[in-house]
Amino acid sequence: MTGDLTPELLGTPEWTDQMVAAAGIPMHDIPFLTAGGGIGSFVTLDYLRIYGVPTSQMRVVSNIDYPWQTYEFLTRCSQIPRPERIRSDSSSRPDNLWGFPSYALEEAWKEKNPAFLWQILTEPILNDYWTPRAGTVFANLEREAKRISYWDMLVKGQVRMVRKRVGGGYFTVVTPPEGAAPTKRIIFRSRFVHIAVGYPGLKFLPDLQEFRQKYGDYQHVVNAYEPHEQVYEFLKTRPGTVVIRGGGIVASRVLQRLFDDREKLNLQTQIVHIFRTFVSGSHGPHIWMRRRGGDGWAYQGFNYPKSVWGGQLKAEMRKLEGPARAQKYKDMGGTNTPKRRRWQEQMRAGRNGGYYHAVQGTVEKVEPAQDGRLISHVRSKDGTIRQPVADYIIDCTGLEADIAEHRVFADLLQYSGAYRNPVGRLEVERHFEVKGTRNGDGALYASGSATLGGYFPGVDTFLGLQIAAQEIADDLARRGFCRKMGPLRSTSQWFKWAFNSTV
Amino acid sequence: MVPTLFGRIQTRLFLLATVGVIITLLIVPVLPGASGPIGPRYVSGFLVLASVAILGVLWEFLYHFLMQFRWEKDWPTSFGLLTLIPEGLLLFFLLRSGVASFIDPVPTAGQFWTHFVVVWICVWLTANGPMRVPFIRWRFRGGRVL
Ligand SMILES: Cc1cc2nc3c(=O)[nH]c(=O)nc-3n(C[C@H](O)[C@H](O)[C@H](O)COP(=O)(O)OP(=O)(O)OC[C@H]3O[C@@H](n4cnc5c(N)ncnc54)[C@H](O)[C@@H]3O)c2cc1C
Repeated sequence: MTGDLTPELLGTPEWTDQMVAAAGIPMHDIPFLTAGGGIGSFVTLDYLRIYGVPTSQMRVVSNIDYPWQTYEFLTRCSQIPRPERIRSDSSSRPDNLWGFPSYALEEAWKEKNPAFLWQILTEPILNDYWTPRAGTVFANLEREAKRISYWDMLVKGQVRMVRKRVGGGYFTVVTPPEGAAPTKRIIFRSRFVHIAVGYPGLKFLPDLQEFRQKYGDYQHVVNAYEPHEQVYEFLKTRPGTVVIRGGGIVASRVLQRLFDDREKLNLQTQIVHIFRTFVSGSHGPHIWMRRRGGDGWAYQGFNYPKSVWGGQLKAEMRKLEGPARAQKYKDMGGTNTPKRRRWQEQMRAGRNGGYYHAVQGTVEKVEPAQDGRLISHVRSKDGTIRQPVADYIIDCTGLEADIAEHRVFADLLQYSGAYRNPVGRLEVERHFEVKGTRNGDGALYASGSATLGGYFPGVDTFLGLQIAAQEIADDLARRGFCRKMGPLRSTSQWFKWAFNSTV
Repeated sequence: MVPTLFGRIQTRLFLLATVGVIITLLIVPVLPGASGPIGPRYVSGFLVLASVAILGVLWEFLYHFLMQFRWEKDWPTSFGLLTLIPEGLLLFFLLRSGVASFIDPVPTAGQFWTHFVVVWICVWLTANGPMRVPFIRWRFRGGRVL
């Protein structure tokens, strides 16, 4: 097949138009390109469309068909089907940049249910945080995607790399799906590129990875982010034991599923829950910084303290550099889960009923027992050794791979001047331009999990992706790519959103 | 919106100067037991509003301090509503005790509380939603308007 990358291109950090032409790769001009096509790309395009950029000026290159596809896959695996509620709050609305009306108002109105309003009024004091159903989010994303003509901008394909162009701007190399183009690659030439490719990769706990490879068993040791329905199906057929690893929201979800099935179907499931860090109460350096916790868990409504999305912690972090920033991340970081009343009840019942056992420990190795079940060798801090035997082990730690495991980031780090931030991910400016990659009048932006560790911590969330999108759109307005958004235009655009008319 | 100290103060002043002024204009003529010429009644209505703003700046320092005890450094929606109780009581006490003697005629209890509570609820409702429609950056800047 013709039109492939040549050794010359691969080895040259900055390309000229002639080099690309000589390789026989077809080239298309598009002023703004976003790579990824998930929630991060979607909210960025949504902002820019609302700021007034026509679809003809922008393309999104993605390997998925609709923006919530990867998110829906991961939430479904981790036990949040459409009717269940997600983690983020009522005004984190990726389909509405104003966050008004919030999801709670919308669900209350549509279902004529004032209880939602009472909950939103009393959260998080008398009630749990009100959070929307996954299905509400998806239905609204679909509506907004149609409204901004998202699919007119979608190009299916795999982004291979982004390189600087001699004279300004960037080349984005795309591998189109098989049969979709006459050449192996196509190239987009752009002044602005945005990268939102989500998680560089999901990582397994090392001892579990070792077990899977050594014994070729991918059925009994599973990751909560991959389909693992077989675990719940098995437990319906006979009593069994499950080991849960991890202390985050995914562990809470998986526990809820196990407890729900146990209740509904009268099962005998036994659960052993291993926390590497077992939190037994309020914790933190001093009285101004103490997070609640107990029974193993650290409790927090959202994945970071609420004020990182707009309050005090956002303002503080914005000023920090280097080690001071890394320290701040450490102070407020750590795995955590919301303290939801339902989950607390289920765990209490489990402890009292003797079928839920939470322990602190580090797993040294996992081995098959003679009957084919799984033995975990667990060492606790106090020296106790436990060897629980289980039918299944579910890894709920949600470890993320290093950014360099993603080809696009590896290439940026190697050839385009990008570098790592104090926590090891991609260093971006306050307006999400990737530091070190500026080229002529062009700019390269990134948002999402790869940029964690920057001046803004809440990056890997709907609201965080929107905050990034707003910074990017405002930066593009400063550079003359679109008009600035003032109060009047914003209000008129909001009415268009409300009446579902095109931007 | 999760406030910073400056954001709190700015949001309070901004909303009292907009929503507060409009509500005061509308409500003063129909306050319970209203009589006498409308001019002086508007003057004392706006002086009450101004007192909520000025005292409020001091209150915001207290709220900011109390917020520091919260891990999340947030300020739940209900707090924004319930703080009307201490603020209303203090202001009412100051009016009654004659400390704020420049406000004359002193509104009756019915007039004061109707005016105060209606303004408070309208400001609170605006801050919890509609404010985000014209000002898209406001909620990400801790409530700073400028
Ligand atoms: C289980 C789970 C629950 C979550 N719940 C919440 C929640 O309740 N609230 C909240 O605010 N956040 C939540 N998040 C976090 C976050 O908001 C979502 O993960 C969100 O989808 C991130 O958006 P993104 O654009 O960064 O990544 P994604 O939505 O994953 O999109 C990135 C896309 O890029 C594609 N891609 C990757 N490489 C390439 C390439 N080379 N070429 C082309 N395409 C590529 C991927 O296939 C992927 O589809 C959750 C995350 C998980 C995992």
